[in-house]
Amino acid sequence: MNNLYMAPSPHIHSGDSIGRNMYGVLLALVPAFFVSLYYFGLGALIVTAVSVASCVLFEYLIQKYLMKEESTVGDGSAILTGVLLAFNLPSNLPVWIVILGAFVAIGIGKMSFGGLGRNIFNPALVGRVFLLISFPAQMTTWPVPEVMSMNYTDVETGATILTLLKEGSGDLPSYAQMLLGNRGGSLGEVGAIALVLGLIFMLVRRIITWHIPVAVIGTVFLFTAILHAANPAFASPPVHLLSGGLLLGAGFMATDYVTSPMSRRGMLIYGVGIGLLTTVIRLFGSYPEGMSFAILIMNALTPLINTYVKPKRFGEK
Amino acid sequence: MLKTFHIGGIHPPENKLSAGQKITQLNLPKQVIIPLAQHIGAPASVTVRKGDEVKVGTLLAKANGYVSANIHSSVSGKINKVDSAFDTSGYSHTAIYIDVEGDVWEDYIDRSDTLIKDKLMTPQQIIDKIADAGIVGLGGAAFPTHVKLYPPPECWATVLIINAAECEPYLTSDHALMMEKGEEIMSGINLLMSATRVGEALIGIENNKQDAIRHMQQLAKEYRGIKVVPLKTKYPQGGEKQLIEALIHRQVKSGELPISVGAVVQNVGTAFAVYEAVMKRKPLIERVVTVTGKDVARPSNFLVRIGTPISQLIEAAGGLPANTGKIVSGGPMMGRGLTGTEIPVVKGTSGVLLLPEKDAKRKPARDCIRCAKCIDVCPMGINPTALMTATEFSNWEAAEQNHITDCIECGSCAYICPANRPLTDYLRMGKRKVMGIIKSRKA
Repeated sequence: MNNLYMAPSPHIHSGDSIGRNMYGVLLALVPAFFVSLYYFGLGALIVTAVSVASCVLFEYLIQKYLMKEESTVGDGSAILTGVLLAFNLPSNLPVWIVILGAFVAIGIGKMSFGGLGRNIFNPALVGRVFLLISFPAQMTTWPVPEVMSMNYTDVETGATILTLLKEGSGDLPSYAQMLLGNRGGSLGEVGAIALVLGLIFMLVRRIITWHIPVAVIGTVFLFTAILHAANPAFASPPVHLLSGGLLLGAGFMATDYVTSPMSRRGMLIYGVGIGLLTTVIRLFGSYPEGMSFAILIMNALTPLINTYVKPKRFGEK
Repeated sequence: MLKTFHIGGIHPPENKLSAGQKITQLNLPKQVIIPLAQHIGAPASVTVRKGDEVKVGTLLAKANGYVSANIHSSVSGKINKVDSAFDTSGYSHTAIYIDVEGDVWEDYIDRSDTLIKDKLMTPQQIIDKIADAGIVGLGGAAFPTHVKLYPPPECWATVLIINAAECEPYLTSDHALMMEKGEEIMSGINLLMSATRVGEALIGIENNKQDAIRHMQQLAKEYRGIKVVPLKTKYPQGGEKQLIEALIHRQVKSGELPISVGAVVQNVGTAFAVYEAVMKRKPLIERVVTVTGKDVARPSNFLVRIGTPISQLIEAAGGLPANTGKIVSGGPMMGRGLTGTEIPVVKGTSGVLLLPEKDAKRKPARDCIRCAKCIDVCPMGINPTALMTATEFSNWEAAEQNHITDCIECGSCAYICPANRPLTDYLRMGKRKVMGIIKSRKA
C-alpha cells in the first residue's frame, strides 16, 4: 500500500484556483480589448503590451530578488493588473510613462504591501492615479477614434464626453457611438457593449457576484436622474453610464477581490459609495472623471466596512 | 420550487457510484474489534472478561452515565482480549477483541422477517428499549438516540424530522436502506413519533434520489402524519439546522437546540435501527456501509457487523485500488481520514471512501485573496477567512465575537477556496479552543 495522506476533512476540493479567476477576468476583457484595437489601433496594442510585460516583469523581479519568495507570477494577477492599467490609459501615452505607471502599480500598489491579497488599494488604479497627477497633460490628451489607426503618439487628439460636459460646449457622440465604443477616452473603457458582455461572462462563471456592479451603476443612474430632473443642464443618466470609465470601473476595477468588502451587505454599501463619489466628482469637482478616485477612496474604507458590516448569520433576525 | 435551506451551500459532484446497488451481507470476519467509545459521550464500561463466551446480542459494555450507550456483541465467539485499538478518530482507545466462532444469536432477538407495524407501548417503554439496544444516531455524529428523545424541561416537540437527505457525495447507505427497508423505516418513524409525542413527521429526501422519494411517498400513504418532502440537492442539507430550516422554515438560533423550534431530528438509518430495537428486540450490532471510490472495482452497499475491519469491506468491493491516496471513514466532506485498513466499522460508520492520490493531495495554500467565496458558501453565515486569521493569531476574543462556535465543520469553505486555504482545519481548531474558554469561564 502507498503512504496514505493524513488530513482532516474536507477531503475533496472544488478545483477553483486563483488562476482560474484571474484568467477568467482576462477572458472577460477580451471583447473590450478588440474594441480598443479597432478604434485606437497600434497605440492600444503598444500600450497594453508594454503595460502587461512590465507588470509581469516587475512582479517577478520584486518577488524573487527582494522578497525572496517563489514566484507566483503564473497566477495571472500581474497580467490582469497590466491589462487594467493599460485600459485606463490613453492609447497615445509614451512607452516610458507606461513603464513608470506599471512600476508604481506593481511595486508600490501591490508588492510593497506583501503581494496579492495584502494590498489595500487597487494596484492598477494606484498606477493610473499616480500618472494622472504626475503627467496631467499626457494623461488627458485623448486620441480621436480612428479605425485601425497605425499612428501611435502622433495620433490626432480631441475631447472626451466628460470633458465636453465639464466645459459645456461641443457636440456629444450619438448613443450608438457610445455603445460601440466610437468615442474618446482611455483605451479600454470605451466599448460599452463589449464591457457588459464581459461582465455577464464573469457573473455566469461566478467569478464575481452582482452586488458591486449593480450598486455602482444603479447609484450613478439614480443620482444623475434626480439631478437631471432638477436641472436639465446636468447630463442624463444614460450619458453618464456610457461615458468615462464607469462600466470598466464598476465591472472590473471596483470588483477586485482584494480591495472590496467581503459581505454582500458590505459590497452594496461600497458600491453605493463609489456611485455617489463618482457622480459628485464628475458634476461638482474640478476633474471631469471621478471613477478612479471614488474606487480608491472606497478601497480605503473597505477594512472599516469589513469590521462593521458582517454577513447575515444563520438564525439571526 | 423545491425546498432547501437559504444561507450558503455548495454543489460538489455527487458521485453516487453505488446508487442502485442492493444491500449485500458481508461475510463474518475471523475477529471483530469493538471499541467502547463509538458514540458522543462517556465510553461504555466493560461487563465481560477475557475468555468469556458471547453470542450475537450479548451485552459487552454498559452505558456509563446519562450521555452514553450500551454496546453489544455483533458476533458469537470468545473474548480474546480487552486492549487498545486505533479507531476512526486516529487515536487508540480501549476495545474488545472477539474471536468469531459460528453465528449463534441470543434467544431474545426476533430474527424473523415479519413486519410489525403496531405495538401498544408507552413513550417510556419505547425509549427504554432504544436505550437498551444501544441505538445512536447513524448519520455520523453517533449521539445516543434515547438522550435526544427526552426533551429538556418546559420544551415540547411538535414535529419529528427524519434526515434522509444523504447530502454527502458518494454515500448511498441511507438511499439503499430506504429502497429495501422502507416499511420498517415507516414503522420506526411511527415509534419515534410516539416516543416524542408528536403527530407529524417530515422525511426530507434530496431530489437526486427520485426512486426513494416515490417509494417512500407510496409507503407514507398508509401512515397518519408522515410526509415525504423532496428537497433541492445542496450540501450541507443534512446539517441539522439546515434541514430544519428547509422543512419547517424556522432557523434554530445560535447555541440553541432543535427543540427550541419544536423539532426533533433523527437520521433515517436510526429510524430503521429503532424499529429493529423496539419491534425485534435487536440491539445495534450491524449497519449498512457504502464502500466506494472512483477506482473501486465494485462500489457497494454492505450490511456489516460492527467491529469488522474495513480491510474486509474493501476486499469485498474488489480490493484497494493501487492509486489510493487516502482512506476516508464517512463522506468526503466531513468523514475522517484513516491511518490504515485494520480500523473497525463502528456504529457511526456510514461509508468507506477510497480517494485516489491526486484527489487526496492538497495543493499548497496561498494568501487569502479576500474573494469572499467562503462567506458566500458558509451555511451558518459566518466569516471563515476572518475566523481562520483569528485562530492563526490566537485571537480568541475575536474568534468568539465572530461566532466561531456556530461553525458546523461542514467543509464548504475549504472546498470552495481558490487559494486552497485550510479554512475548516483552523475553524475546527479555533472552535474547540473557544468552547473550552467559554466552559472554563462558566465553571
